Amino acid sequence: MSSAEDPLDRLVKSEYKAGFVTDIEEESLPPGLNEDVIRFISAKKGEPDWLLEWRLAAFREWQKMTEPHWAHVHYPPIDYQAISYWAAPKRPEDRPQSLDEVDPELLETFEKLGIPLHERAALAGVAVDAVFDSVSVATTFKDKLAEHGIIFCPLSEAVREHPELVRKYLGKVVPPTDNFFAALNSAVFSEGSFVYIPKGVRCPMELSTYFRINAAATGQFERTLIIADEDSYVSYLEGCTAPMRDENQLHAAVVELVAERGAHIKYSTVQNWYPGDEEGRGGIYNFVTKRGLCKGDYSKISWTQVETGSVITWKYPSCILRGDHSVGEFYSVALSNLRQQADTGTKMIHIGKHTSSTIISKGISAGHGSNAYRGLVKVMDGAEGARNFTQCDSLLMGDTCSAHTFPYIEVRNPSAQVEHEATTSKISEDQLFYCRARGLDAEEAVSLIVNGFCKEVINELPMEFAVEAQKLLGVSLEGAVG
Amino acid sequence: MSANEKQPLLVIEDLWVQVEDKTILKGIDLTVNYGEVHAIMGPNGSGKSTLANVLAGREGYEVTRGQVTYKGRDLLAMPPEERAREGIFLAFQYPVEIPGVNNIYFLKAAVNAVRKHRGLPELDAMDFLELVKEKMAQMKVREEMLYRAVNEGFSGGEKKRNEILQMALLEPTLAILDEIDSGLDIDALRDVADGVNALRGPERSFIMVTHYQRLLHYIEPDHIHVLAYGEVIRSGDRTLAHELEERGYGWLLEEAGMDAQGAGAP
Repeated sequence: MSSAEDPLDRLVKSEYKAGFVTDIEEESLPPGLNEDVIRFISAKKGEPDWLLEWRLAAFREWQKMTEPHWAHVHYPPIDYQAISYWAAPKRPEDRPQSLDEVDPELLETFEKLGIPLHERAALAGVAVDAVFDSVSVATTFKDKLAEHGIIFCPLSEAVREHPELVRKYLGKVVPPTDNFFAALNSAVFSEGSFVYIPKGVRCPMELSTYFRINAAATGQFERTLIIADEDSYVSYLEGCTAPMRDENQLHAAVVELVAERGAHIKYSTVQNWYPGDEEGRGGIYNFVTKRGLCKGDYSKISWTQVETGSVITWKYPSCILRGDHSVGEFYSVALSNLRQQADTGTKMIHIGKHTSSTIISKGISAGHGSNAYRGLVKVMDGAEGARNFTQCDSLLMGDTCSAHTFPYIEVRNPSAQVEHEATTSKISEDQLFYCRARGLDAEEAVSLIVNGFCKEVINELPMEFAVEAQKLLGVSLEGAVG
Repeated sequence: MSANEKQPLLVIEDLWVQVEDKTILKGIDLTVNYGEVHAIMGPNGSGKSTLANVLAGREGYEVTRGQVTYKGRDLLAMPPEERAREGIFLAFQYPVEIPGVNNIYFLKAAVNAVRKHRGLPELDAMDFLELVKEKMAQMKVREEMLYRAVNEGFSGGEKKRNEILQMALLEPTLAILDEIDSGLDIDALRDVADGVNALRGPERSFIMVTHYQRLLHYIEPDHIHVLAYGEVIRSGDRTLAHELEERGYGWLLEEAGMDAQGAGAP
């Protein structure tokens, strides 16, 4: 009859829309990793001795560790000596004091991605700490935040200005030897954000950081530390896209969150790194360790993520529910298209009494994508009255993709209530036809159906991010089914 | 009546349709002029719904012979969304559920897709809300249905009302109603029929596919066609409905040389 080619097929094959390279001269180290490289990084950043020692200790441990391979992902071996561990935009000494001084080409890059910094900052009231490769180039709204006693700055600045806070919390939630990738990050982390919200303060704006990977074959080792003191609140947004590249790029970030008594941290991510081509070439390897500690009673940590990029995703944002009555939440959309492989989920560790956790995971597989949910719900002996609800839904598009669910449940306290629900469905021809018979084209129809599928998660995102995420799912289902 | 009267909107000529190697429609000829209401009746399995689906562009139906001209264009060459934008509306026999998608969002997307195609500005949320509320009052649709997922958990009657609401919003040129009366109680049927009748006009045509004569008491057609085993075996004006009501389909089948199993059909 009328339409010839399979609409899903066509969507799945369209181009990655954020693929371009910014031509800014980089100051880079040659590839390779040894103690001298770590000393170089530490010296470049003017770090105190304790931090250099901390890095070196992590490096020595890392050398004894082996890369984990239990995840449901397959990729060629990574040569860690072929990666350059330092890249910064030139002219690091005269860093811009305002957006006017920022390299126009960089601003243009943000524009192309639909991230107009100045508009976002001014109109949406978002303070943006933009990380371009490894060095922070623009920090805004700092003064306004300072009025509330809030610290929001690059981690390296925090090391200089607030060493007592950094030293107290760095590596306490994700120890340097936690896992292979966290150890690597601890040794070579380049930049990242630091946030401290004082007691009783509700952060008046969404804090936002955009990570970009730009220099070819430069590993990105971001490290973020967020501390919410008693009865404070902060919502933090992290969004990413990356230009098209042929070589695989390694990304091994660490994010640590600490919520003191009564504090609430909401951490939202939209991740749109280069997913590779149809054969899976050139995509980002994304091995991330994200963990939050609900340290005090009645504290709460919510992770929300929309993961549409990267060729390999290995990521389990987790909550350690130590405080009594503390709450952990994980809302996730993971989309795997082309040859993308995602193994993602969460760990909810119930230690305190009457702790509760909610896990909502939506996996979308298209093309030759593989999507795995891996989640651990662990209820310790003392976690009287702990509760968990887990819901894992998978949506399949076409017949060459796959979805997998690996739930692990360990309960050591008989008063715990743990629920797990899982569904798998396909976008039906009926749904597509119904939408098309109302005038929507196939791409709009798929986007609509997928956004409906993800609604519970999208609803958890801050408003402007939700709009962006919906567009991204649309675009990725043009370039993935997004 | 308008100058369009007796102008053909849809012309079906010798249409043969196959589904998975089985021939369902066997040489249908049908002309629908602007402003006319045609009822397609017939026993189960006669090909009524196939005809509706082929006109709307559903995949899985192979046209092996014949042609369909809509507004002077080759309808069969158009993808379903283009047909919709050009004014063809299919009210589904079984409206499809789309979990997580707000009905109002879906309606707005549909209306704007059609408006865009017609060179009209897209409606923003406020303007659309105003429009949809006006139409809902006409169609006796409860406002609460706007904020539920498309057709999810709707009763049979609610689904059909929602179809008619969509029709009212999209203002089609050719509305195809596939068993719009099935599963409706008498009150719902009356409301749905009122909704359809309110939309009748010289610039709009209807094809109603139905199994039962009862619908024709509420929506009076200009022409009635009886379809059996993929062929139109009788066409007539509305008086044919009364005859069918009294005598059923059997006598027509006999006259056409078919028995109840379709033997004798080519």
